[in-house]
Amino acid sequence: MLHFPRHRNSLVQLLREAQEQHGWLPRPLLADLARELGLTLAQVEGVASFYRFFHLQPVGRWRVLFSDNITDRLLGSEALMAQLCERLRVKPGEMRTDGRVSVAATSCTGLCDQGPALLINHQLVITRLDAQRVARIAELIESDTPASSWPAEWFRIDDNVRRADVLLGQPIAAGQALAAALARGPAAMLEEMKRSNLRGRGGAGFTTGTKWALCREAAGSERVVVCNADEGEPGTFKDRVLLSRHADLVFEGMTIAAAAIGAKQGLVYLRGEYRYLLEPLRETLQRRRDAHLLGTAIQGHDGFDFDIDIHLGAGAYVCGEESSLIESLEGKRGTPRIRPPFPVQQGYMGRPTTVNNVETFCAAAHIAVQGGDWWAAIGTPKSTGTKIHSVSGDCERPGLYEYPFGTRIGRILEDCGARDTQAVQVGGPSGVCLSAFEFGRRIAFEDVPTAGAFMVFDRSRDMFEVARNFAHFFAHESCGFCTPCRVGTALVVKRMDKLAQGHGSRHDVDVLYELDKLMHGATHCGLGATACNPLRDTIAKFRPAYERHLKSLYFEPAFDLDAELSVARQITGRDDPASHLETAE
Amino acid sequence: MSEPCFTLDGEDVPFVPGDTLLQAARRAGHYIPHLCWHPDFRAHGSCRICTVRVNGRMAAACAVQASEGLAVENHTEELDAQRKTLLQMLFIEGNHFCPSCEKSGNCLLQATAYQMGMEGPHFEEFYPDRPVDASHPDILLDFNRCILCELCVRASHEIDGKNVFAIAGHGIGTHLVVNSDSGQLGDTDMALTDRAAGICPVGVILPKRRGFVIPIGERRYDQDSVAEPGRQEAS
Repeated sequence: MLHFPRHRNSLVQLLREAQEQHGWLPRPLLADLARELGLTLAQVEGVASFYRFFHLQPVGRWRVLFSDNITDRLLGSEALMAQLCERLRVKPGEMRTDGRVSVAATSCTGLCDQGPALLINHQLVITRLDAQRVARIAELIESDTPASSWPAEWFRIDDNVRRADVLLGQPIAAGQALAAALARGPAAMLEEMKRSNLRGRGGAGFTTGTKWALCREAAGSERVVVCNADEGEPGTFKDRVLLSRHADLVFEGMTIAAAAIGAKQGLVYLRGEYRYLLEPLRETLQRRRDAHLLGTAIQGHDGFDFDIDIHLGAGAYVCGEESSLIESLEGKRGTPRIRPPFPVQQGYMGRPTTVNNVETFCAAAHIAVQGGDWWAAIGTPKSTGTKIHSVSGDCERPGLYEYPFGTRIGRILEDCGARDTQAVQVGGPSGVCLSAFEFGRRIAFEDVPTAGAFMVFDRSRDMFEVARNFAHFFAHESCGFCTPCRVGTALVVKRMDKLAQGHGSRHDVDVLYELDKLMHGATHCGLGATACNPLRDTIAKFRPAYERHLKSLYFEPAFDLDAELSVARQITGRDDPASHLETAE
Repeated sequence: MSEPCFTLDGEDVPFVPGDTLLQAARRAGHYIPHLCWHPDFRAHGSCRICTVRVNGRMAAACAVQASEGLAVENHTEELDAQRKTLLQMLFIEGNHFCPSCEKSGNCLLQATAYQMGMEGPHFEEFYPDRPVDASHPDILLDFNRCILCELCVRASHEIDGKNVFAIAGHGIGTHLVVNSDSGQLGDTDMALTDRAAGICPVGVILPKRRGFVIPIGERRYDQDSVAEPGRQEAS
């Protein structure tokens, strides 16, 4: 069944549906789509080749993607992937010659509390991988056993709510928050939002009430409410749980926003990694339409018409940035826009658009019920309310922990059963890396801000390898638009790999510093600007981890001069001392 | 009534409402280095060479709206050094060999690099594999020098109405593609008279059979610095 109109704005959705039918995207199919939508083949190719989950070359009928976040690695994902490749006789990133299977890695799939995880055909998720599971997966793929007959236990996704406060612990009946908001009226609801001083939970922390007010006041008749459910920041999985357990509340928050700003159209941008949530979310939307919580004359209010569609991403971290998310919603490459104009002025299709995070909409629904003052009384003066943390890594009880803002880092570590902790990465790779002497600091916009990730590393971990994993992540996810990010992230990877191979010197560390400084100020969007954050923090706080990888304190080339001569030695049949470079010690 | 002004390195620069910093500065005869910006097109913001400090914060001069009282720093040691690094990034990302390039002396990238005092690549080269496309009777495409400014994409779309080019891929694999079933320029309706054929600031889009008509040493940037008015961007 096709859900989307054959229109150029739906290009990403149409490509996704076409790929679900055909397995990959052959060029003639792109050409047909281009003709139908009034685009050129090159434009369609440009869009299709932007997203990591689209395949312009044939891939295996079984397409296995291992989640490659550092937390998956801590749990042994690299060895497991190697085992699966060996059992299936396939190289990573390549299709087996019989076309049956391909195995590769992908960025964090948002299952860090139950990893190592993998995705099959972008549709199914297997959690808690181990050697036994991998062996059995190989057999089932070899015998072409449909996934419907695989053990159901493998596909289990736990919510792991370990500490609930307002958002996770105080349920609201469907329609209750909306009724409260509608009873208040749009102006009073906006006023409550401002009083609450709720700041966006996606990371940037802009005041939600102000954003809604700007959108309401912007010129234009049609307004749009967008829910950012891209959750691409490695180590973050709170939105997955909110969408699984509290989808009604998310949609209700969107509907409240629609009432407050005067929008008729709502869009959820769901990351491609969460494809398995699509059908349940669509069912929830239908239930809400049936209950007059969506559609025309919502809850009997004549003139209040609003409905929500779900767009699915296709593997692109940068689309979490609100303007690239809007580009993607319009069926384009997810390149961040120049601002101004801001999305609240001209967003989706040029219409005033408010983009908020999943957690922000949940909070808005609670504020509708209990009022802005109630929310503002929780947390700290500049960071009101509660915040959900996705805790993973070296601790006994990974999962979701909701606390009021102002909570100590050390408190979270105690609660999750972390021992001998060396470092915590707060807010994902684009956030901050804290070492033990900072565990007294507090989670708040005033001190340590966060979008939700809380990754714990004990003293057995090599923080250089953590930073190297993040460097690869950013290079993989750079959209390629601006020079400093496109080239800079690739240069950082080259330098980090050089250090990892034991060819590094202090000069390389200096170049890393230089790249960090450049990218901080010169990039087009936040991805490049923050790409070196983990690098800078780990160099500053875990310098010995880097120095262990240095071959000398002076310059070292990226290659071994003598090893380069091995081919010449082989050809000439020599291996005597004179055929080797003299290595001065 | 006096015109509204911002300051550029301490000098007053007048502007009209709607101007970006780069537009106003250029009109007033100042040089803010740039590659992907062109007066005939909307700001793009990809090369970042025009990055300046506006009231202390870094921003691309092509994208920032001019407003009264802004203090803009342009030619500071820090900013020019940063530009040099960005240029070095563009050089090592592609395959550039100025001495044998037909565009040498007419190349905005080369001229800007000279202007910023770039003397070497500084970083290790990527040496990407970018085959040339010689399929068109009149035009050669040498992708080795592409800096992804998208001026050809924009010119072909907005002025020629042909959409011959598009951008594909992502990250360091981002690249220019040609719109035809074969992906070859020879199978498009591109003509040498198209605006897109003349706008390339580097040596990707070259007319055939005209190589070295003007000897190196007598070319555009051999005569005048890129900082001169009228020499600041590709024709």
